[in-house]
Amino acid sequence: MTTTTPRVWRRPPILIQDKRWRIAIYGGLVLYLIAAMASIEVDWVRVYTGLERGWRFVQGFLQPDFTSRWSDISQGLVESLTMTVTSTVVGVIISIPIGIGAARNLAPLPVYAVCRAIIALSRALQEIIIAILFVAMFGFGPFAGFLTLSFATIGFLAKLLAEDIEDIDARQVEAVRATGASWWQLVNYGVQPQVMPRLIGLSLYRLDINFRESAVIGIVGAGGIGATLNTAIDRYEFDSAGAILLIIIAIVMVAEYGSSTVRKWVQ
Amino acid sequence: MLTIEGLTKTYKTGDKALKNVSVSVPSGQVVGLIGPSGAGKSTLIRCINRLVEPTSGAVKMGDSDITRLSRSELRRARRRIGMIFQEYALVERLTVMENVLSGRLGYVPFWRSFTRRFPQESVDKAFALLERVGLGDHADKRADALSGGQRQRVGIARALEQDPELLLVDEPTASLDPKTSRQIMRLILEICRERGLPAIINIHDVVLAQDFTQRILGLRAGELVFDGAPDALDEAALTRIYGEEDWTAMRRRSGDEEPEHHSEREMVERLEGLA
Amino acid sequence: MPVATIDGAPVWRHRTSRQSLLIWFGWLCLVALFVFCWQVMTRDTIWAFVEDAPRQAADIGSRMFPPRWSYIERLLLPLWDTLNIATLGTVLGIIIAVPIAFLAARNTTPSTLIVRPIALFIIVASRSINSLIWALLLVSIIGPGVLAGVIAIGLRSIGFVAKLLYEAIEEIDEKQVEAVRSTGASGAQVIDYAIVPQVLPAFFGIAVFRWDINIRESTILGLVGAGGIGLQLQASLNVLAWPQVTMIFVVILATVVISEWVSAKVRHAII
Repeated sequence: MTTTTPRVWRRPPILIQDKRWRIAIYGGLVLYLIAAMASIEVDWVRVYTGLERGWRFVQGFLQPDFTSRWSDISQGLVESLTMTVTSTVVGVIISIPIGIGAARNLAPLPVYAVCRAIIALSRALQEIIIAILFVAMFGFGPFAGFLTLSFATIGFLAKLLAEDIEDIDARQVEAVRATGASWWQLVNYGVQPQVMPRLIGLSLYRLDINFRESAVIGIVGAGGIGATLNTAIDRYEFDSAGAILLIIIAIVMVAEYGSSTVRKWVQ
Repeated sequence: MLTIEGLTKTYKTGDKALKNVSVSVPSGQVVGLIGPSGAGKSTLIRCINRLVEPTSGAVKMGDSDITRLSRSELRRARRRIGMIFQEYALVERLTVMENVLSGRLGYVPFWRSFTRRFPQESVDKAFALLERVGLGDHADKRADALSGGQRQRVGIARALEQDPELLLVDEPTASLDPKTSRQIMRLILEICRERGLPAIINIHDVVLAQDFTQRILGLRAGELVFDGAPDALDEAALTRIYGEEDWTAMRRRSGDEEPEHHSEREMVERLEGLA
Repeated sequence: MPVATIDGAPVWRHRTSRQSLLIWFGWLCLVALFVFCWQVMTRDTIWAFVEDAPRQAADIGSRMFPPRWSYIERLLLPLWDTLNIATLGTVLGIIIAVPIAFLAARNTTPSTLIVRPIALFIIVASRSINSLIWALLLVSIIGPGVLAGVIAIGLRSIGFVAKLLYEAIEEIDEKQVEAVRSTGASGAQVIDYAIVPQVLPAFFGIAVFRWDINIRESTILGLVGAGGIGLQLQASLNVLAWPQVTMIFVVILATVVISEWVSAKVRHAII
């Protein structure tokens, strides 16, 4: 070693190298967090009295009551499940042409622009907001929920499908095109085999999401188990609410497990 | 002084990786461990610092039997055993200096390592070691910004930062080109000589092993089938370790009629092969 | 690809008869399931309302425009609340999710038999239940307000962050862990030196991604009383003040677009 004085070593900063920027950004973040926390107004008395209710909810979760509201629960479940299946099927069927139209390597520019606009619209609007509008138009009940979930499925599936199609191996498409295939034949032979496993996987994934969402949109009147849950919580029937939540969790677990096995089998 | 007595390792799958291996390594001796893939070389080395838990047998460093230590005693034993890995095993996203200082982890409390406030003598030692392995200017680079040979030098510095009494070296040259391989082997040997450090070098390249080590152990299917000087490793011994093969062809390539010059000559040949 | 023999001549077919039969049967089942579900779902649907929908839509549409631009003054404070709910909720979620991720990852969990299944159950439970449902519950437990929103967002974030993080932890390079362990490092030191550096980029990406999602979700929590701009939405919907509703939609849309842009920028800068 050439230096005689001890060399100090400090770890170089990980993210922001410039010292002034680092202080400004971290300082700003800390100030914001403090301001944000200060702006929460908490009624501690209300929270304190709420703790007892919270405890009752925990107990309800541990000792759920499936029986006393079973007819409501089962009706909500049937609505949720049928909504999920129909909206996923319809959503997937509509997403496929839109997804193909939104893939730059297959669609001409005007079609591409229109399809991308549909996708952007569907993705920007929350499911809940769409549900509010559809309930206002179509009346309360699962039909509005079905429309909501179908619409949301389009934004999700068409976007991912379009990205998949844009990512496919261009050489395979070229090879099919070189045989003199028409556009339809091109999609059927050059594109479909490459994206089909992903499409099935994404549809199953969306099925799972649609079920979870179907439990929510009932809160604004679009049918399904969410409406039952809303009623149970409004009446402070935490043991029924716990039962509903456990059913939702169980169905999601089964759906996740099932879809992962199917995806493995498809690929 | 390292003594291994009746070391056996049977994996959960039922594979017998080591069968009753006994050997002792006096201080200052550099031992090459050779054998075909799957012979248990890696397992043997990892049983010494219990990265792999041996099934039975004893590993003694001095008086203490490493296989019987409790968890905290094991940590104290591990910090006395430096290890150099195949493909370097540096923490890629940490700086070179952090990687070297991680050799002190067994010596410092958690808060010091967490805040990266290591004692000044550790930092001085780390700088000196980086200087020694020729990476004095690279302290604050991230490990993944270095070349293969440079990374292995950091790996060596990390092991030495531990102040080890024994060096375990697992395939140090496996992912390096021939020239860098020899440089790394030479560096390890020089350092062992400087410090009188015993080492066990697990290596698949027989020529490198013969050139650089003082004693060779041959492992086959978990059993020790050869233990002797590099010169004693003749065709019969190689056949015992690796099975039937045309050894003269390999020897010719390594030029064993001129043992004094063969390393240089072989290097030239290999470099030509590269170009 | 099978080759069948028909009238003595070999005929190439895409699939064997058995395979194509099975596939047709599968499609048939799917169609039958769809029809069945459709009928069950629409049993109570009043088709008169559905037929009336275009007129309703036109009616609502005409009421919604133009938006009441001046209403934006009353939206700024709720917007600030919404932002706070999303950020603090994300922070809360991350604080709880990190230890759970380490308990759930196969290579860091202290016990595969007991601790890991519990951690995985917490993750599934948190993921299955939407933040709006959590908000509904919390409003009924601790009363309406921003706090319920923060906790609801936090509880929902746990599962998301922990799941992605534990998958990242399971994918790390074990050799680096082994190397640090061989220096005699303690468990905490191994996590600090070998695991954290490897998962840190993934962690930042996940956190920013979740923050972006949470901005979206926190805009509607007010519908059930958990603070933020959704409270205004609920109030406006209750009195059918459609021009205000439109204004709120515009603000929500703008917020979502901006937050998506910010999160994309930040992720790009970090990774």
